[in-house]
Amino acid sequence: MQPIADPIVTFRHVQKSYDGENLIVKDLNLDVAQGEFLTLLGPSGSGKTTCLMMLAGFETPTSGEICLDGQRIDTVPPHKRGIGMVFQNYALFPHMTVGENLRFPLAVRKLPAGEIDAKVKRALEMVQLQEFASRYPQQLSGGQQQRIALARALVFEPKLVLMDEPLGALDKQLREHMQLEIKHIHQSLGVTFVFVTHDQGEALTMSDRIAVFDKGIIQQIDRPDALYDAPANAFVASFIGENNALDGHIEHDDGDSCGVRLADGSFLKAANGGVGRAGEAAMLSIRPERVRIVADAEGANRLPAQVEELIYLGDHLRIRLRVAGNTNFTVKTPVSRLERSPGAGQNVHVEIAPEHIRALTPMPA
Amino acid sequence: MSTDTLTLGAASPEPIAGLKQRLRRAERRRKLLYGALIAPLALFLLVAFLWPIGALLMRSIDNPEVRGVLPQTLAILDTWSEDDLPPAEAYAALASELASYKGTPELGGAAKRLNRETPGYRSLIMKTARKMPLAEGVDPQGALMTIDSRWSDVDIWHTIKRTGTPYTAFYMLSALDLDIHADGSLSATPPEEAIYLDILARTFWMSLIVAVCCLLLGFPVAYLMATLPQDKSNTLMIFVLLPFWTSVLVRVAAWIVLLQNEGLVNQALMALGITDAPLQLVFNRTGVYIAMVHILLPFMVLPLYSVMKGISPVYMRAAMSLGCPPFKSFWKVYFPQTLPGIGAGTLLVFIICMGYYITPALLGGPQEQMVSYFIAFYTNQTINWGMAAALSTVLLAATLVLYVFYARRLGANQAPAGR
Ligand SMILES: Nc1ncnc2c1ncn2[C@@H]1O[C@H](COP(=O)(O)OP(=O)(O)O)[C@@H](O)[C@H]1O
Ligand SMILES: [Mg+2]
Repeated sequence: MQPIADPIVTFRHVQKSYDGENLIVKDLNLDVAQGEFLTLLGPSGSGKTTCLMMLAGFETPTSGEICLDGQRIDTVPPHKRGIGMVFQNYALFPHMTVGENLRFPLAVRKLPAGEIDAKVKRALEMVQLQEFASRYPQQLSGGQQQRIALARALVFEPKLVLMDEPLGALDKQLREHMQLEIKHIHQSLGVTFVFVTHDQGEALTMSDRIAVFDKGIIQQIDRPDALYDAPANAFVASFIGENNALDGHIEHDDGDSCGVRLADGSFLKAANGGVGRAGEAAMLSIRPERVRIVADAEGANRLPAQVEELIYLGDHLRIRLRVAGNTNFTVKTPVSRLERSPGAGQNVHVEIAPEHIRALTPMPA
Repeated sequence: MSTDTLTLGAASPEPIAGLKQRLRRAERRRKLLYGALIAPLALFLLVAFLWPIGALLMRSIDNPEVRGVLPQTLAILDTWSEDDLPPAEAYAALASELASYKGTPELGGAAKRLNRETPGYRSLIMKTARKMPLAEGVDPQGALMTIDSRWSDVDIWHTIKRTGTPYTAFYMLSALDLDIHADGSLSATPPEEAIYLDILARTFWMSLIVAVCCLLLGFPVAYLMATLPQDKSNTLMIFVLLPFWTSVLVRVAAWIVLLQNEGLVNQALMALGITDAPLQLVFNRTGVYIAMVHILLPFMVLPLYSVMKGISPVYMRAAMSLGCPPFKSFWKVYFPQTLPGIGAGTLLVFIICMGYYITPALLGGPQEQMVSYFIAFYTNQTINWGMAAALSTVLLAATLVLYVFYARRLGANQAPAGR
């Protein structure tokens, strides 16, 4: 990744420990570009919320510095940072109506009443809940509360909005709808969004860039398609999208590509995803939709396989194979591309183009 | 096609009506079941709680004494014009009834009852009864008038008639510092005799002070308990509940020991040089407040804590993220959400205080006694059930008014959907 020109937020060597023993965030370096939609993605407990809370000012970094708009904000209290925030359970004030909730940040800033009214009205229009101003939050559905929480975080026109798993409490359908709605609001406002989720599908749908977290370290930060197609390491490959892993050793390293000898003795050419020199262990990462099932072994990069199971999913077929000792090797293929589907127990071959196999350093056990 | 639609349209209300009936039947069955479940408790409350209270309250308007002793006299007085002296038959009936009740406790009760209306009538009745029965052939009217000249005044007859009704407002009016006159008109009791309104006001005032002190002391504790991690807040909870584990009497006695002139508190204050002479901390209002607040604090902390426990700390963060400084966030966002707890705790403490007896009785002077002290005084010492019941009624009514007011306010403040 090239450095970001004129970032709105920079984390420099930020560390965080709650107990003085374990580092929850280890040496975080992160630039957030003006106006982008950046997602912090990672499994539960990987330190995403901690990062967001340090940015919002509710936690202080143990070391390192955080800058907002070029100013160090480590010592600025949360209420003076001017950062909008959407919480997981919305945190709408239950004793205030929707309208009062939206007025709150404006009244705190002592704006004139007329201006407040106009802004509240515009914010409600943005989330299409104009007629709900006099309702109490608990009289709204989950999706409506979510939209009000978003409107409240945006109504005072912050340059930066943080969201910590804001869609976690919604059902799947509503969540997908809200993903698009938030994305559209982002596009129309040009405000910088930093979004936290553990749902990789959500991250891929919404983000301009995704920072993949694990164990308090950013494993990779890139555009969604780049993350998917060119994962930087075994963790990213397995965390984002579906992934078939095959273990082997580097036989020769040709720079961009390399040759890998698998455990069962077969050989594959692969793209070099930053592995070590010849003789070292490598993990091959292969996406299920990049695999072609063929009948015979005549051709480059083909491996023998045995069909274990067929799962029919309407538009596509999932085929579980045994390949080079891995019994969970999955292939996804559109039904239309198979003239004749293989039966369970049948011996076939799989072909994967070398550019769709990434040789990566295996995860430490 | 059109016939199809018609039959469909006609058929549809039919099953719905049946459905409604079935639904109603099911509802009724469920209500019966619920009723059966609470019936034993309801019955118990009725027998052991509502009925005795009702019976006691009845005593505040009950008026049996004179009626029990002088039924015939009262029957004759029924037709009396009340302007002049009653007819001679009234004197005769009175003489014969006094004669037949002479020396009985019933007569004493009736005399006492008359005396409450007009001091001196007790001795009049007893003196007259001692002279009974009259000799044969003596004119009762003349005889009574010679025994005491007050028998030739209409006032005693008015008093007899008035105290002879089955029910009386006398006790209730007295409890509100109102006098009823011979002609039935009301007036405020003269200030030097009026006490009950002052005592009621004092009861309210002291209860209010105690409730406010409990709130001021209890709110931070409850807040701390709600924000601390579970294990620490459990420990704190034990300390809050500690006062419940010893009897009120023991605690009051302990306060006397601590607060008296030679007590620990005064010794400590003097040792620290804060005062030269011991402070009067007990047998006055200060002592009553200290002990009452101590005893009632848990009743404030518990409702507050249970409400605060349900308020997510995220609200404060949300308020700050919206640009609100910490203290203002607390005031605007956290505090309003604790209002149900504040209301419940304050009301609870206030209501318990209103009826408190033992602490002011033991730790207070005469100026600290509240309504309940006088109720006890009338039941135990002067055996005046009417006054005791009337004061109880006033106390109960005041409590109910408070409660209704609170319920209304709370109902209006809560968001319609509630939480
Ligand atoms: N206030 C806190 N005190 C102590 N430990 C915490 C605190 N907040 C989070 N942690 C720990 O830090 C780790 C990362 O938490 P978090 O940042 O919430 O992860 P994520 O949001 O990615 O799930 C977790 O192991 C969690 O137990
Ligand atoms: Mg989290």
